[in-house]
Amino acid sequence: MKEIKYETVIGLEVHAQLLTDSKIFCGCSTKFGSPPNTQTCPICTGNPGSLPVLNKRALEFAIRTGLAMDCRISNFSRFARKNYFYPDLPKGYQISQYELPICEHGHVEITVNGTKRLIGITRIHMEEDAGKNIHEGTGPYSFVDLNRAGVPLMEIVSEPDLRTPEEAGAYMRKMRTILRYIGVCDGNMEQGSLRCDANVSVRPAGEEKFGVKVELKNMNSFRFVEKALEYEIKRQVKTIEEGGTIIQETRLFDPVTGATQSMRTKEEAHDYRYFPEPDLVPIVAPKEWIEEIRAGLPELPDRRMERFVGVYGLPEYDAELLSSERALAEWFEKAVKLGGQPKSVSNWIMGELLRLLNEQGIGIEESPVAPGQLVGMLKLLENGTISGKIGKTVFEEMYRTKKSAEEIVREKGLVQISDEDAISKAIEQVLAANPNEVERYKAGEEKLAGFFVGQVMRMMKGKANPGLVNELLKKKLSR
Amino acid sequence: MELHELGIGEIRQILNNKEASPGEVLDSFFARIEAVEDRIKAYVTVTKEKAYGMLSGSFSNSGPLSGIPMAIKDNMCTKGTLTTCSSKILGNYIPPYESTVTERLLRAGYVLTGKTNLDEFAMGSSTENSAFFTTKNPWDLTRIPGGSSGGSAAAVAAGECAGALGSDTGGSIRQPAALCGVVGLKPTYGRVSRYGLVAFASSLDQIGPITKTVRDSAILMNIIAGHDPLDSTSVDIPVPDFTKALDRDIKGLKIGIPKEYFIEGMDKEVEEAVKGAVRHLESLGAIPLEVSLPHTGYAVATYYILATSEASSNLARYDGVKYGSRTEGKDLMDMYMQTRAKGFGAEIKRRIMLGTYALSSGYYEAYYRKGQQVRTLIKQDFDNAFKKVDVIATPTSPTAAFKVGEKVQDPLQMYLSDIFTISINLAGLPGISIPCGFTSNELPIGLQLIGKPFDEETILAAANAYEQSTEWHRRRPAL
Repeated sequence: MKEIKYETVIGLEVHAQLLTDSKIFCGCSTKFGSPPNTQTCPICTGNPGSLPVLNKRALEFAIRTGLAMDCRISNFSRFARKNYFYPDLPKGYQISQYELPICEHGHVEITVNGTKRLIGITRIHMEEDAGKNIHEGTGPYSFVDLNRAGVPLMEIVSEPDLRTPEEAGAYMRKMRTILRYIGVCDGNMEQGSLRCDANVSVRPAGEEKFGVKVELKNMNSFRFVEKALEYEIKRQVKTIEEGGTIIQETRLFDPVTGATQSMRTKEEAHDYRYFPEPDLVPIVAPKEWIEEIRAGLPELPDRRMERFVGVYGLPEYDAELLSSERALAEWFEKAVKLGGQPKSVSNWIMGELLRLLNEQGIGIEESPVAPGQLVGMLKLLENGTISGKIGKTVFEEMYRTKKSAEEIVREKGLVQISDEDAISKAIEQVLAANPNEVERYKAGEEKLAGFFVGQVMRMMKGKANPGLVNELLKKKLSR
Repeated sequence: MELHELGIGEIRQILNNKEASPGEVLDSFFARIEAVEDRIKAYVTVTKEKAYGMLSGSFSNSGPLSGIPMAIKDNMCTKGTLTTCSSKILGNYIPPYESTVTERLLRAGYVLTGKTNLDEFAMGSSTENSAFFTTKNPWDLTRIPGGSSGGSAAAVAAGECAGALGSDTGGSIRQPAALCGVVGLKPTYGRVSRYGLVAFASSLDQIGPITKTVRDSAILMNIIAGHDPLDSTSVDIPVPDFTKALDRDIKGLKIGIPKEYFIEGMDKEVEEAVKGAVRHLESLGAIPLEVSLPHTGYAVATYYILATSEASSNLARYDGVKYGSRTEGKDLMDMYMQTRAKGFGAEIKRRIMLGTYALSSGYYEAYYRKGQQVRTLIKQDFDNAFKKVDVIATPTSPTAAFKVGEKVQDPLQMYLSDIFTISINLAGLPGISIPCGFTSNELPIGLQLIGKPFDEETILAAANAYEQSTEWHRRRPAL
C-alpha cells in the first residue's frame, strides 16, 4: 500500500479585547475584576428602550490594527446583529459585524525555522463581549455578571494559509506582538484578553480542494493552540486512514487530557439570523482621520528588527528579541542614544536585565534600572574602573537600590586595582605559599595558571585587573 | 369652556395671564379623568400623586410646558414610573432611567398625568392587542380609538390631558389621531431621539406629538426635536422654531395627490372628506397636482417583512432573566419558553415568528433583503414626487373608527388600516394627520399631509392654514 502524505490547512480567528477605558456602546468602565454588575448601565444590561452608541476609540483601535496589518480600511462599514438566546447576552443578540467589516485584505509575516511566510488576513471586525454566567452554590439558580457585557472586542480572521501547528503558534505570537506594539490589546491569554479559535482540515498532499474543516475552541495559551492542533491533525488523519469521514463540527480542547472533544455538529449549529443593526448608523471613517491614525502608528516589530540589524549591527537573534516588545526596544534604543555600545547594551539586557525582571515577574516598563544607569556602568567597564565580573555585582546592586554605578562602586570600594606593585606583592605571596604547585607548573603543568590567578583574585577580593594579574603572573613564573 | 378642553398653547396663555393657577388646571384634568376614564380607559397608569409632586417639586420651572398636564404612551421610559408597553412581560417593569423625550419635557416643566394604553409593544391599530384592556373611542364608545397610540389619542380627544406623546412605526400616531379627531405628527426619522422608546422596529419607530391643535404639535416639536448623543440615528442638524412656520402663507404651495391612494372601493365618506379638504386648501391658494407613487402596492408587504424582522430581534431581550415577568421552568430553555409563551400576546408571537422566518438562513435573501430593496424603491417614489410638489395629501386611514372586535379575528384586515401611513415610515418622511370632517355617524376623518425629509415646517404650515380656516378641530365628543 502506498503511503499518503497529508497536508494540513489552518485558519485562525483571533479575538482581542481592546484596551479602551469604556465599553464599546456605553460609558461603563472596562476595568477587570470589579464586584459583579457594578460596571453596568441601562445600555449594557439591555434595558428596554436603551440604544448603543459606538465608542470612537474602539473604532480607532480597530482601524489602527487594520493599518498595522496592511489591511484595506472600508470606506463603508456597518454593524450587524447576531441573534441567539443566552443569559449572559442581555439583548438576545450580540452587536457584531458581518457583511461589511471595518478592515479587509491584510497580511502579517511570520518566521518559522528561518523561513519567512506571509499569512493573509481576511478581515478584522468589531463586536461586543458577552457577560459571564456564574454557577455557584447548590441552589437551582445560576448568576449572571454583566460587567464584561459590552467590552469591546476585535476579531481578526486569517486566510487558511497556515500549514503547521508551529506556524499557527508563530502567527499567534506575531499577533500578540503587533497588538501590544500598537497598544490596542494587552495580549493576556490567561485573563482572556487574547483568545483564538482555529479552523483545521487535512487533505492529501497535492490535492487542491480543502478537506472538511473542524473548528477548535478553548485554547487559552500559545502552547495549547499548538497542542490542540497537533492532536486534531493526528485525529483527522487517523480517521481518514481508517476509512472514516471527517464531519464539520466544533470541538473543544481539553487542556488536561490534551485531546479535543465534539461540542456540536453543523446540524446543531445556530442560525444567527444576522441582519444590519438598525440602531447604529453605517461607519464612514473620514480619510483624513485614517491617515492621522496611520501617522500615529509606531514603527512595527519587523521593520524595527531590520533597523536594529542594519543600523546597530546587532545579530538577528538579538534584534528579534529586542524588537519583540515595544517598551524593550525603546529601552534599548534609549541606552544606545545615551552612548551605550549597541552590542554591549544588548548583552546586558538579554543577560542580566531580563533575567532579573523575569525572576520578579515584571515587565521592562517597571524596570528599576533606567537605560542611563546601564550606560553609566558600561562606561566604568570600558575605562577599566571595574571588571566584567564586578560589573555583574554592580548591576544587581543597581537593580536593587536604583543607585548609579559610580555611586555603588565608590561606596563599596569596588574600583578595580591596576596597581602593578600591589598585584605583584600578592602574586609573590601566593607563589610563596604554594611551592609544590610552582614546581609542577614549571615542570609543564601549565593549566595551574588558572589556580594561581584565582588565588590572587581571592586575596585581592576580586578587585584586581584580571588582565594585569595574568600578565604579571606569567612574567614571574617564567623566571 | 372647561380648562380640560383646552390644549397646550391655550393653557399656557391662561397660566401666563394668571386666569387660572397651575393647581386649578391640574385639578380640572384629574376631575375629568375621574369622570370619564372608566368609560375611555386611555391610561394604563394614572400618575396623580406624581403629577401634584411635579407641580410643586423641583421639576416646577418657568419652561414652556411648566404646569401643562400631559400623557405619555406607555412605551417611553419614565424613571421610577411603571412602563409596561401594555404587555404582561413588562407588567412590573419600572425603568431605572428616563427617556430623552420625557427628560426634555421635564426640563420644559411638564406634568405627567399618566402612561397611556397601546397595542402590546405598539403592534396593532386598535389597542385591542393591549394585554390589559381596549381603549374606547371618545366619539363612540363601541368603537376602537385606533392604534397603537390609541390611549394617547383618546386621552387628548376626551380632555384627559392637554397633549400627549405617541410613537409611530407604521401609522401609530397618525391613524389614532385621525380616528379620534385630533392632530398627530410623525416627524422625519431621526428628528426625535428614540432613546428610551421601547423598540418595536428600530428603523421605522419615531416619537411625535398628539395634540388638540396644529400649533400644540409645533410647540411640542420645539421641545422634543433635535440631536441626541444617546441615539446614533438621531440626526445632527439645526432644529427650527416650528411655531414660526405655522403662519407661513400657503399660496402657491404645490400639493401632490397620489393617484394610487384614491382607489376603487375606498370608503366614500373618507374619500369625499379628503377631496373636500384638498379643495379647501386650493381655495387658500395651494395648487393640487396629481403625482404617482407606483410602488405603493408593495408597501404593506414590505413593511410587514422589515418591521417584523426587526421586532423579532428587538423582543429577544424579554427572556425572564433580567427584568419583567418570569415563569419558572424545569431548565433554562423551559424558563425561556414558558416566560415568553405566557408573557407575550398572540399578535406579538405572530410577528416574532414572521420576522424570525424572514431573517432565517435560506430565506433572508428572498424576504429581508428584497424588502430592503423595495423600501429603497418606495423612497425613490417619494423623492420623484417631491421634485414636483411640496406636500402630498392623502387620507390618513381608509375608514373611520371601526367597532371593537370587528377586525380582531382578521389580522390582514387590521394590517390594511395602515395602508396610507406605512409608506411614510418606510421612506422616513414626516407626516401629520389633522381632522378634516366627520362621517354621517359623527366619526372623525383625518387628512394626512406628507412632507419632504426634515421639512416638518411646510406640513405644519399647510395643516395650520387648513385648521385655522375650518371648525373641525373645535368639536368635542359628547361624554
